[in-house]
Amino acid sequence: MTDVHGAELAVTVIGPDRTGIVADVAEALATLGANLTDSTMTRLRGHFAMTLICTAPASATEVEHALLPLSADGQLLVTVRDVGGDEAAHNGGLPYLLSVHGADRLGIVAAVTRVVAEAGGNVTDLSTRLVGPLYLLVAEVDLPEGVPGELAKRLAHVAEELGVEVNLRPAGADVL
Amino acid sequence: MSIEGWDVTALGTGRVLPVVTAPEPVLSRVGEPVDPTDPQVVALAADLVATMAVSPGCVGLAAPQVGVGVQLFVVNVTDHPKAATVHGVFVLANAVIVEASRWRPGREGCMSVPDLTGDVKRAGRIVVTGELPGSGRKVTITTDAFEARALQHEIDHCNGLLFLDKVSGAHAIYQRKVYL
Repeated sequence: MTDVHGAELAVTVIGPDRTGIVADVAEALATLGANLTDSTMTRLRGHFAMTLICTAPASATEVEHALLPLSADGQLLVTVRDVGGDEAAHNGGLPYLLSVHGADRLGIVAAVTRVVAEAGGNVTDLSTRLVGPLYLLVAEVDLPEGVPGELAKRLAHVAEELGVEVNLRPAGADVL
Repeated sequence: MSIEGWDVTALGTGRVLPVVTAPEPVLSRVGEPVDPTDPQVVALAADLVATMAVSPGCVGLAAPQVGVGVQLFVVNVTDHPKAATVHGVFVLANAVIVEASRWRPGREGCMSVPDLTGDVKRAGRIVVTGELPGSGRKVTITTDAFEARALQHEIDHCNGLLFLDKVSGAHAIYQRKVYL
């Protein structure tokens, strides 16, 4: 069998934004027969950042080699590594949304996510924004049953110490 | 549709006040209830109307947004393309949502968070009670669509909440690209 479901590779690309980064990366992967599966691609303060998983009938070294021209001008940083084919562990928790906002200061993400981790919560998605003096964190977290009430109290305590606002709420999706 | 016995001109001419932006602490404090017949409250109501009127694209403004931590806001979705039921320009004190249904996502912005917008699920049909500044008369307003969204956004302000506290996901926040 032609192994289109070959090695599962994690590819990251980051550098100053310009037109054509996605096209260049996707084209190089397609030429190799690599199938792009999950990805996030976004602009972070003028830098374009891609993180993606692809299944490739090629080794990490071969894919890295194929992507070399992209980093030739020293602008883009490209990494490729074999991540195996294991499905991500799912802790079976309940989905919650966490918003934190306030004046920017050092350690907001660290303090808030530590409290979540100590409660057995798993961050599944997180984004932050700094706009002017305002810092914003929005996270999706899976929480073990029975944890949300106590976690909300601990988060409120940490938020008070940090001088930020925190809001934890269920993120139940409607199935239609 | 208009609110019976309500005349915005009776508030008098208000002053245009500066709008505060997050992370200003007043935006995260629960607003104090007010006496809607208090002349100072009526004057603040006029100020909210005047400040909203000079702010392009503004469909609502709550007292905490002008630095006053009380439960008072103005709404005006007249001529907005997403509006269905429209009650014109009105100010409510001590407003409470008593019924909410038909929850739908939608993108919204805020003068107090000028650089971001976000997707927030809001009720598409609500019943709100509140008091009119001046007379102090208690009113019940039933509305829908965009006016319902605007009312929920302003009532949130009066309770110390921003749309940032209600966004629907980690990627439901967007850098604002168009400023009205």
